[in-house]
Amino acid sequence: MGRMNGLVLSLGALGFGILYLPIIIMVIFSFNAGKLVSVWSGASLKWYAGLLENDQLLSAFGTSLLIAVWAATIATIFGICIALAFVRFGNFRSRLALSAIASAPLVMPEIVTGLSMLLLFISMESLFGWPSGRGVDTIIIAHATFGMCFAAVVIQARLRDFDMAIEEAAADLGATQPFIFLSITLPVIAPAVVAAWLLAFTLSFDDLVIASFVSGPGSSTLPIVIFSKVRLGVTPEINALATVMIVVVAASVIGASWAIRRRLSSRDQNQ
Amino acid sequence: MVRGMGKYLVNLPAVTGRRLVIALPLIWLAVFFFLPLVETLQVSFTSPRRGIPPYEPLWGIGDDGFFTNFTTGNYALLLQYWSDYFGPALNSIKLAFFSTLVCLLFAYPMAWWIARSNEKWRTILLVLVMLPFWTSSLLRIYALIGLLNPNGFINAAGLWLGLIDAPIQMMQTDFSIYMGMVLTYLPLMILPLYAVMVRLDADLLDAAADLGGSGVQIFRTIILPLTLPGIIAGSLLVFIPAVGEFVIPALLGGPDQLMMGKVLWTEFFRNRDWPVASAIAMLLLAILTVPIIYARYQDGRDAVAETPNPKQAEAG
Repeated sequence: MGRMNGLVLSLGALGFGILYLPIIIMVIFSFNAGKLVSVWSGASLKWYAGLLENDQLLSAFGTSLLIAVWAATIATIFGICIALAFVRFGNFRSRLALSAIASAPLVMPEIVTGLSMLLLFISMESLFGWPSGRGVDTIIIAHATFGMCFAAVVIQARLRDFDMAIEEAAADLGATQPFIFLSITLPVIAPAVVAAWLLAFTLSFDDLVIASFVSGPGSSTLPIVIFSKVRLGVTPEINALATVMIVVVAASVIGASWAIRRRLSSRDQNQ
Repeated sequence: MVRGMGKYLVNLPAVTGRRLVIALPLIWLAVFFFLPLVETLQVSFTSPRRGIPPYEPLWGIGDDGFFTNFTTGNYALLLQYWSDYFGPALNSIKLAFFSTLVCLLFAYPMAWWIARSNEKWRTILLVLVMLPFWTSSLLRIYALIGLLNPNGFINAAGLWLGLIDAPIQMMQTDFSIYMGMVLTYLPLMILPLYAVMVRLDADLLDAAADLGGSGVQIFRTIILPLTLPGIIAGSLLVFIPAVGEFVIPALLGGPDQLMMGKVLWTEFFRNRDWPVASAIAMLLLAILTVPIIYARYQDGRDAVAETPNPKQAEAG
């Protein structure tokens, strides 16, 4: 097996290389003093300083943050509903309909989702006068819609592992369903709820295609601004912005997995 | 069973609560996901016009009663300009197919490596796989441009080391598309493969080796069949979004790497021909119907396998 292991290791290492080399080079050149992105001309933080003075990027960042927080919150609440229905409610009448409509957005091409949402918003506006024009609210609705399907998948997995006997015992002792949900179910699935919220947040924060269709004047999100700049070429300023975003994500992912590991190992010790 | 029935009868508020929990997401998704697709289908059968919105209503009730603007002209247009529309469609399928293969080529050994590592390394490698998954694919593709550009890092390094005499054209080729696809979708291929490989019994492989099976034999008769579900799941997760990809052909591709997503985008934003854009969206969905239904069928089988038998649960 030694020969095969060599092949496995070299292909695997190459795979990790493809994933990380572009990011590493970009991070390095974000500290480049010169404007050229492939010629090193001394270290500098000036592109990072430039970010703080770029009003367009800062306001797009604020818009994206606002949209992502709202979209993730709505998506998580509805995601909990979908997960509860699938895992706890057995065979209800509309189960097939819900399962089809809650899984289709997972595989729908973004470009189709974006176009069709826009067409719906326009025809709703001409029929009911709402939503009047497109902006932050329509992007939130669009992001919440596909976010809830991803959130449901994450929460469902956790809910399946959870012993129903505890909930049944509480019900037998006379607890009402909402009380059981808030005092037993929710605390147990809390890690999955947090993970689902973070996933929906990330999907919203990173989305370019759907937001491009359903955004209006004055509601440009960060990916929309980045995309319009990237089309003009590679700039050190975007390198700096991308580095900041990647460092934030990396710190959260590593921190979260470290916390989960510690939780798991302390649980093992208790048993 | 009887206890369950009793609860159902006594606890009427809980039943309405239950209805609400099902109805809320169902109504939301019906209005904001299903209706939009119906609307897109409608617009694909109308004709464009100058005005807001830039298409005729498909039907309505005017001064002369019911009227309709039904036309199949947009689909006829797609057929008439075959090379402008079906060319990119075939190109999308081709590029997505080979991207899936390239992802599999790298993901399979990577997943194997992770699954066979000790617990500490497994966590580290899994975090390394998940990390790009959580970062914006737009930024990762942007980073790739900095690498592949004629004056990018690879060409600059190659010239400096004397490996090449002139910059190699890597951007706007099939190669840059495949690199972008691997960068974007590799984690989606690794995770399902890892999930099946980590459950693979190591004793089985040891037994086969003890009985004199060669590496190739063991791979073909044991590893490959047992990891096939992961291969299928990962391939669908990569192929389906890759066919409809927009950012990769827009930023990394040239005129020879047209894909449907980019053609739809151009029709919509540049030509402002919304009915034709809708017809392209329908064509894209038609192409993806088979893999999407197959993916749902696979999912359904997994869900059935994972859901504990309700009767057993009640007995226990």
